[in-house]
Amino acid sequence: MPAQPLELILARQFADSLSMPVFIVDTEGNLLFYNEPAEEIFGLRFSETGGMRLEEWATIFRPIDEEGNPLPPEGLPLVKTLTNQIPASGSFYINNLKGERILISVTAVPVIGRSNRYSGAMAIFWKTQLQ
Amino acid sequence: MKVKIWGCRGSLPAPGPETMVYGGNTSCVQITHGDTFIILDAGSGIQRLGKYLNPQVKEIHILLTHLHIDHMMGLGFFQPLYNPDVTVHIWGPSSGKESLLNRLRRYFSPPLFPVMFSELPNHPIIHELGYDNFEFGALKIHSEYVCHPGPTLGYRISDGKGVLAYMPDHELSLGSANFPNDPEWTSGFEIANSADLLLHDGSYNAKEYATKIGWGHSSVRDAVAFGKMCKVKKLAIFHHEPMHSDHQLEHILHTSLRNQKLDFEVFLCTEGDEFEI
Repeated sequence: MPAQPLELILARQFADSLSMPVFIVDTEGNLLFYNEPAEEIFGLRFSETGGMRLEEWATIFRPIDEEGNPLPPEGLPLVKTLTNQIPASGSFYINNLKGERILISVTAVPVIGRSNRYSGAMAIFWKTQLQ
Repeated sequence: MKVKIWGCRGSLPAPGPETMVYGGNTSCVQITHGDTFIILDAGSGIQRLGKYLNPQVKEIHILLTHLHIDHMMGLGFFQPLYNPDVTVHIWGPSSGKESLLNRLRRYFSPPLFPVMFSELPNHPIIHELGYDNFEFGALKIHSEYVCHPGPTLGYRISDGKGVLAYMPDHELSLGSANFPNDPEWTSGFEIANSADLLLHDGSYNAKEYATKIGWGHSSVRDAVAFGKMCKVKKLAIFHHEPMHSDHQLEHILHTSLRNQKLDFEVFLCTEGDEFEI
């Protein structure tokens, strides 16, 4: 597997040092890394799963509205960022593996390095409340 | 591909009796392949290179890893720049904002230097690089950003038979997740992977590195671990710290290699070294 570009390597190092949950994805939306605080939201450990293809992690991480209805992907901040290469924010609910419904806020930012090379995106999460 | 080292000291020229063995000139490496003539970095070593350059060379490509002063301080003293019969190309990292030409002009103008590019017989031809692949004759070159403060490139040069990898300024521990166990997440891996010769930053011993995290350099121990991860055939420790004497460099290498079983050669790069790759 080819090595990741420096911007993503440093993004991972940065995410690894944060206490807020962070996801890092490539330009196709494949999950490259999630940090330890994100493991709590995800219900999985990165050391056990490694990176995941989009279709794989999309079945695990399912944003829903307050009533539990699935949200259309195109409205989600990370999808907007991957589509338009601009920052996006929003809030939604997820059910974690403990069965708890959590309201989380997300800000997604594109990772654009020197030479304007677009490498993917980072999504930073805030757990707003437990329902 | 022939490689000659004209300078492998880091940060500041360090001439003197205590650095006679490994040399005091800062980064400069000459590569020749047929009619192709490449110079990696324009540290103080480029002054002697220019002095002894074959007069038949009419086109020169200078590839700068970055613009810290120890990598370009010799540029103004490179005699071919003043020869109207020689075309000099300068390649270096794009910053994404200010042009490479403008950044080079900061050095190539008063008060740091009396001559400006516009006063040279031929204005050097400037090329900006990032993640790129390009060719000079039969040599294929790959450049990519590596972990060091400011825009900094590593270079991988191949003639189809052998590979030279060059990362004189590179902080491995900061530019890697889970170093040295995950090549996919290690800065510079694509540059050095399976290289025949890797010239790599090994500025410090492990204790010194602990007090200089974020300065952009690696310990010899990390450089060796990187060479092992990349399965290189030879590793030349480069960018010797200017405060280190020949004796201290040898001591650092000796202690860094203690209890290690390696299947490749590790040595201290020496000014004047020549390699055939």
